[in-house]
This record gives sequence, C-alpha cells and structure tokens, in this order.
Amino acid sequence: MYEWMVTARYYEERLQEEYMEGKEPAFDISAGPIPGELHLAAGHESSAAGVVSHLRAEDTVTAPHRPHHIAIAKGVDLKRMTAEIFGRETGLGSGKGGHMHLFDPDVNFACSGIIGQGVPPAVGAALAEKKRNTDNVAVAFLGEGAIDQGAFLESLNLAKVQELPVVFVIEDNDWAISMPKERVTDVADGSKRGAGHNIPHDRVPQDDAVQVFDAAREAVGRARDDNGPTVLEVQVHRRMGHFMGDAEAYRPEEDKAAAQMRDSIERMEDALENAGVAADDRDAIRADAEARVDEAISWAKDQPEPDPSAAYENEFVNPPAGVADTEPATDGGER
Amino acid sequence: MSDRQLTMSRAMVDAIAHEMREDEEVFVMGEDVADYEGIFDSTTGLREEFGYDRVMDTPISETAFIGAGVGAAQAGMRPIVELMFTDFFGVAMDQIYNNMAKNTYMSDGNVSVPMTLMTAVGGTYNDAAQHSQTLYGTFAHLPGMKVVVPSTAYDAKGLMHKAIRDDDPVVYMFHKRLMGLGWMPAPDGPKTAVPADDYTIPFGSADVKREGADVTVVTLGLHVHRALEAAEELAGDVDVEVIDLRTLVPLDTETVVESVRKTGNLVVVDEDYRSYGVTGEITARVAESALDDLSGVERVALPDVPIPYARPLENEVLPEAQDVIDAVRSLSP
Ligand SMILES: Cc1ncc(C[n+]2csc(CCOP(=O)(O)OP(=O)(O)O)c2C)c(N)n1
Repeated sequence: MYEWMVTARYYEERLQEEYMEGKEPAFDISAGPIPGELHLAAGHESSAAGVVSHLRAEDTVTAPHRPHHIAIAKGVDLKRMTAEIFGRETGLGSGKGGHMHLFDPDVNFACSGIIGQGVPPAVGAALAEKKRNTDNVAVAFLGEGAIDQGAFLESLNLAKVQELPVVFVIEDNDWAISMPKERVTDVADGSKRGAGHNIPHDRVPQDDAVQVFDAAREAVGRARDDNGPTVLEVQVHRRMGHFMGDAEAYRPEEDKAAAQMRDSIERMEDALENAGVAADDRDAIRADAEARVDEAISWAKDQPEPDPSAAYENEFVNPPAGVADTEPATDGGER
Repeated sequence: MSDRQLTMSRAMVDAIAHEMREDEEVFVMGEDVADYEGIFDSTTGLREEFGYDRVMDTPISETAFIGAGVGAAQAGMRPIVELMFTDFFGVAMDQIYNNMAKNTYMSDGNVSVPMTLMTAVGGTYNDAAQHSQTLYGTFAHLPGMKVVVPSTAYDAKGLMHKAIRDDDPVVYMFHKRLMGLGWMPAPDGPKTAVPADDYTIPFGSADVKREGADVTVVTLGLHVHRALEAAEELAGDVDVEVIDLRTLVPLDTETVVESVRKTGNLVVVDEDYRSYGVTGEITARVAESALDDLSGVERVALPDVPIPYARPLENEVLPEAQDVIDAVRSLSP
C-alpha cells in the first residue's frame, strides 16, 4: 500500500511540474506538453490503496475524472498511462483519450470525465461476473459531489435488486470544485445513500489507509462471497485546487491548511513504524517508486506523437460499410 | 455607440445583471456559478451583487436543476440555468428536450417556459472527447427551443437581453475560446465596444460581418473569427463574404440565400460534427431556394469522429482558418 501511495504522490508531483511547463508566467491551459484539464489526486491516496489491495487483475475498477492514484493501485501500465497523458502514440488510447479517459483492459480499468457516469458500467461489469458465475467483483470510485447524480442512485438500486458483486467507493474530499460538501447534501455520511436501498454501508472518517483496508476487506469480501453490494465512503483531502490552474479563491485558508496537515502518507509511515518496518526499508520503497515514475515520464516524453491521420482510426472496431477506417472522403476540402 | 470595450463574458454578465436589477423574477442557477463565478466567467460578480438567493450554486444534479428551471419558468419566473459544458447535456437531456422544449407545444400554447439555458461549447485546448464538443446541431435539431450562438461581445449582450426577455426557452451557447478568459486566450475579434444601456438583437437576423463578391462563407461562434482571418488572407485574390448566423433557431435563411445569389459560391464552416448538422442544413436551404445560382458548395466541419485529445489529432479534426482557405480555393471562384 505504501508503495502505491508514494508512487501516486510522486507521480502527480512530477506531472504537475510537466504540466506547468510553458504555462508560466501566464497560465494558458492550451500551452505546454500537457494541455487540457489535469485533476490531481494528492490527498486521495489512502482510498485507492486500501480498497484496491483486495482486488486482482480480473476485478473491474471504474474511476472518475481524478483517476491516477486508482489506476496506479490497479496496476495500469504506468508508462503507457503517462504516454497517454502526454498525448503520445504509445499511450493507452494512442493519444485519443487523455487523462480523464484511461482504459487498460489488461487490468480491467476504465474511467469517465462525466460525473457519476462511470458508476453504471461498474454495475454492468458486476452483472457480467455474476451471470458467468465467477467470484470477480467490480468497484466504482466516485467523489462525494457525484452522489447526487441520478446515475449513482439508479445504480445503487439496480445493484441491490440484482444482488450484484459491486462496491461503491465514495472519496469524500469535502469539495466539488467550489461547492463544499455541506452545501451539496444534508447527509454528512454519504455512505448512507446505501441505507435507502437497503445496502450495507460504512464510512472511514480519516484518510488512514489501514482503516480503509479493513473496511474494504469486508466490502470486497461481501461482493466476492455473492452477498451483494456495499457503499463505502472514505474521508480524503484535496490538497490542491480542483484542477491545475484553480486559484481556489472560494476556499477558506483554514480549510486549505487543514487539508495540507492531515496527510495520509505520513499516517501510513507512522503505521509502518509502529509495525516495526525500518525507516531504511521505507526509504528504499520510496526511492524505488520515484525511480519507476521518473523512468515512466522520461520514456513517455520520448515517445512519438500520433500521426494526424490516426484521428480517423478505431471509431468502430468493425467499421460499417461506407465508413472507411481512414480519412473520410470529402468533396474537395481536404481535411 | 460607447467606446467601452468588453470581453464576451463581461458583456453577457452585463446583460444578466441588468435584467436581474429590472426584474425580481430573474435568477441564475447552476454548478459553480456563485462562489466560483462560473468556470468560464459567465457569472462574474453576480453573487456579490445579488446574493445566494438569486445566484444559486447547485449540487451536481443536472436533471434536477435544469428540470427545476423548467418548473420555475412555468411558474412564471425567468431562470437562467447554466449547464457547465454542453457535453454534459446527456445526463439531463430528458428535462431539456421533453420538458423545456415541448411543454409549450403539448399544452397548445397554454404553458410557456421562459427559461435561458446557457452552456459552454467548443474545443481548441485539448480537453478531449467529453469536454470539447459544440453540439449546435443536436440542440437546433430538436424543435421547441431557440438556439443562440454569439461571436462578439456586442452580440453576446444583445442576444442575452433578448434571451432572458423571450417567453420561450432559449439555449445560449457560448464558445470558451471567445470569452476573454485569462487562461484561454481569445482571438482579437470578440472583444468589442458594448453600450452600457440595454439593447436587444432580434433572433433570426444573421450579420454580414464582411462583404464580398466571390464566395459566401456562412458560419457561427468561434469560426466567424477563423473565417474572417481566412477572408483577410484571401483578400485581393478571392473576395469573400462572411455571414455570422448568430442564431440557429430561428435561422435567417434569407440573408444567406441573398448572399449566395450574389456570389454563386457557398462554404459552410462549423465546429460541430459534419453529418446531420449545421453544414448540411444551410446547404440544403440554399439548394432549396437558389439552386440555379449555386455553382459550388463546400462544407468545413468536424469529420464524424469524437474529438481526440493529443494536439496533432485535435488539430487534424478541428477546422482552422487554413481549412476555410482551402475550401474557398477549391471552389476556384
Ligand atoms: C455531469 C457532469 N456535471 C458537471 C461536471 C463538471 N465537474 C467536473 S468535476 C466536478 C466536481 C466533482 O466533485 P466530486 O465528485 O466531489 O469529485 P472531486 O473533484 O472532489 O474529486 C464537476 C462539477 C462533469 N464533469 N460532469
């Protein structure tokens, strides 16, 4: 768990540096090697680590618009994920998807940038596993701001009436862009959304990966043993702006400071120390993780950009007659 | 006219604030419109002046708050509801096209829905397939809502006044790249002089942004500026007329047809998908009314693929000034 957490944190620190290249001093979202939006997950690591510890490659995970920490824990190919974020030909989606749309079918990982909309596909994956009588499970990650979406609420109901092996993991970082949680919902414990559907639910009140691990063992175990869905909420922290470039003018200074103080990685280090893991061993794990990240980033940056003609490829796996899997025929105006 | 120059976002907010001062029944709701003041600066300063009651941040529940906008409008209020990115319409489309757009008709005019749905459109900054679409065609295709697409600050204000005062549902689609955001530089064109007083621009009146004798380029939104750039480049060689549609519903067919009667050549430029969209519609209307005058037609639009993320791929599919130039030249006027 510690390895995933430090990998994710360092990965995002490096991405942040790369993202800002060409965007300083005047921030222009379309400039630099990584354009577009970038949502970093610093402060969210405990939820991914604690939950994904109980999963195997066959289990399905869907992530929201803030996906990197979850992808890293799920074993998504780090190099190809990085190449995707840099928009390179060898990226997971050959540069077509980008950072909110990472797909790694080898480890059953997918994400969506539309709030709440990654949840129903996880229910579908669980449905497939149930129909095929496997003991594989699915986990849908979503933010606390997403729990008001119809897609989530409908998914809870469907998962329950079909008793599907799925775990809904709410990452509560207190904020949905500029909306603090208390203005989004009157229910402080988002996992209680499960109660209305008669689904077992639990909340881990701090970003403590060990506590998440324990709670997730029960939830994932329930799914694997064919005992239906669980809603699990984990308190995490948004240590930075919603997306890169967000000046957070709406956010009270105390809240920013508090998010900085409660750090899941330090908590994990304390846990390791208490368990008798030597500082040297921790440092070695960290150094290893950092080396892997540096390697992935420099590899990705060396990769070629996609050829423009690739824009027309793979819209269909099986292009229908008349839809060439190449540039569309246009009457004159070359596109 | 005043020489006060405003960005497009300022001009929109100017109109909204004016209408809110005049009419207690006008209010704004959407995600991040109060404290954040709109992701694309579409509500800057409004919460400060009008407070949370009239500038309401909503949970991420588009079905609920867009549908609530319909209900409030039917109850006689004049809500301005923001759908943050037009790409997100899918989660709430039933409220938009089965309620907002159809209730007037289904009630045979006994119910009206004086609501403005404003939404950001467009790419050009590598935000990929779920955050870069334009979707003019989708909204204009479904009957029952007026569809407005400003390209300058002057138009943005006049069309916003008109939208809020209109007794029907209006979808107001603004291009992110035109807003004058610090973090997404706009071309020079959209920042214009904007009178401080209120004024309206009638729906269904296209604007001839540049007169020309050889080729008519019909477009809207960001691509008005790209077309003007192309026309400038071609000047001396080909004399290009540029028409800004300004509204898609109602559509000013007359201005377009008149222009084609003069030039004989039509190029339609659109940031939306090519098939079943604006380019096809304009071409069909011209063919219906002025087939004999038409010697050449070109369409410049997004090939029918989702918008890719990587820069070379996005550049490939999004129409640029050069694509307009190539299209005009291929007509060899
Ligand atoms: C349907 C939809 N509505 C709005 C958005 C814009 N949006 C992106 S992230 C976000 C906030 C999400 O908050 P939360 O679910 O709590 O996740 P967090 O960003 O805090 O991790 C919003 C409103 C979107 N992507 N999709």
